[in-house]
Amino acid sequence: MSAPRGVFARVVQTEAKLAIREPVGIVWGFGMPVILVVIFGNIGPFADEIPGSGGMSVFDAYLPVLCVVALTMLALIGLPMPLATYRELGVLRRMATTPVSPARLLGAQVVLNLVVGAAAVVLVLGVGSMLGGQLPSRVPAFVLVLLLTAWALFALGLVVAAVARTSRAAAALGNVLFFPLAFFGGLWLPLPAMPQVLQGISSWIPTGAAVEAMNATVRGDAPPLVSLLLLLGYGAVFGAVAWRTFRWE
Amino acid sequence: MPVVEVERLHKQYGDLVAVEDVGFEVAAGEIFGILGPNGAGKTTTVECVAGLRRPDAGRIDVLGLDPRRDASALHEVVGVQQQQGALPRKLRVGEALELYAAFYRGPADPMALADQLGLAPRWDAYYGTLSGGQRQRLSIALALVGSPRLAILDELTTGLDPAARRDTWGLIEQVRDGGVTVLLVTHAMEEAERLCDRVALIDAGRIVAVGTPAELAERHGGATHLRFVLEPGAADEVVAALAEVTSVSRDRDVLTVTGTGDVVVAVVLALDRLGLRPRGLTVASGTLDDAFLALTGHAFHEAEEVGRR
Repeated sequence: MSAPRGVFARVVQTEAKLAIREPVGIVWGFGMPVILVVIFGNIGPFADEIPGSGGMSVFDAYLPVLCVVALTMLALIGLPMPLATYRELGVLRRMATTPVSPARLLGAQVVLNLVVGAAAVVLVLGVGSMLGGQLPSRVPAFVLVLLLTAWALFALGLVVAAVARTSRAAAALGNVLFFPLAFFGGLWLPLPAMPQVLQGISSWIPTGAAVEAMNATVRGDAPPLVSLLLLLGYGAVFGAVAWRTFRWE
Repeated sequence: MPVVEVERLHKQYGDLVAVEDVGFEVAAGEIFGILGPNGAGKTTTVECVAGLRRPDAGRIDVLGLDPRRDASALHEVVGVQQQQGALPRKLRVGEALELYAAFYRGPADPMALADQLGLAPRWDAYYGTLSGGQRQRLSIALALVGSPRLAILDELTTGLDPAARRDTWGLIEQVRDGGVTVLLVTHAMEEAERLCDRVALIDAGRIVAVGTPAELAERHGGATHLRFVLEPGAADEVVAALAEVTSVSRDRDVLTVTGTGDVVVAVVLALDRLGLRPRGLTVASGTLDDAFLALTGHAFHEAEEVGRR
């Protein structure tokens, strides 16, 4: 017997209201990258070309980074925090006593954070282009990379939600993972400006692989197959771990 | 046909046996209590009935359904209120009721339910601003919002003040009178005595007796308690020596005597022979507490201490 129709939309709607009333995840995942785009767009030297980057300025190189950082924030904070809180409060356990599975709540959080992530990407690129940044010329390839990035990072976020027993633990674990991921994604030093060793490591990290693939679509090249497969694989592994370890109570 | 049938239920967590050979039946339209100290296996038992836990052995039938195999059909007709279930603090009362109503095919009217439970004035309030009693009532409302035929309520009034407890008891009687069968888990003797039509006494994972509270108290708690005023003296020992008397205790001028059979007559006659008259005599017959003591060999609250360890 399945639940009445329209239930999932109802759950998403309620989660959206709650997210707007306590917008911690949204503020970080959406607000921070957008603010950084405005700041970076007004730093004079950021308009200079990075030597050996194939014509990308520092600012150009930051646009994919900020897109990936927005997704990372949402995946590691925005997604697991409410889920861990709901487990702690007993909301997931309560829902397990109704005809509607608590998995719908998890699905609703994924949808909600994807929508916010898509909005953040659009805004980062829109504002970036107004401030003179280069946009990806291969749009379908760029969208594909975005989807694979979300797949890998959101799966990691579900691992955080699965492993953390409390909302505090989820916040701590999310933050611990965020900084290295943001670093290797190029938040402090864009990929083309990184020393060779760091670039090498970065290309094996989900965020680094994502930015590398996005940079290719900005330059007008096809994204490297290795990066795409890596993102696909990370998502599959993290997803399997989350599936095996996730507990409703 | 009974609403719930449980036979030879067994559940173990590692080496710890939580429930052993438990069996009982809940009849349609009654408030059936599972009463026992903390850690006795009450919650595990009802979680198996609600399809939230898989029993290691035994048979459970709820309204003709198998709780594990037919879980989603079961959840349509069984409402569950669990211990310590909270909600997001920024969720409004009305939003919670309407959301959970949308989970069921034939839900109750959320507004009418809120009205019945005295939550209508707090319809737009955030969960975080509700008092303990209001949260408890919302939790009961969410268990009832699917118009269930069976409501399972776990530690309903724990942590509520006496007035809120009495209100909640009245509410549960209303629910029963509306045709819903209630399976109530409690470790409060008073609650079971006051509210339940029938009670299963459970201790250390086993059911020790089933019956109406009055039956159990009479059948197993045969003790009678006398209290009266009598100045300290030789009479204490004379009373304690009577065959009908099991214990005597004194607090200043007040003597409390517990015994069986014709203990009242025996005590009064013995005092009369000494030329004494008990003043302000009160007599109380057996309670569920006594029944528990008689059936398990330990007092209810001692069992709680063991259960917590």
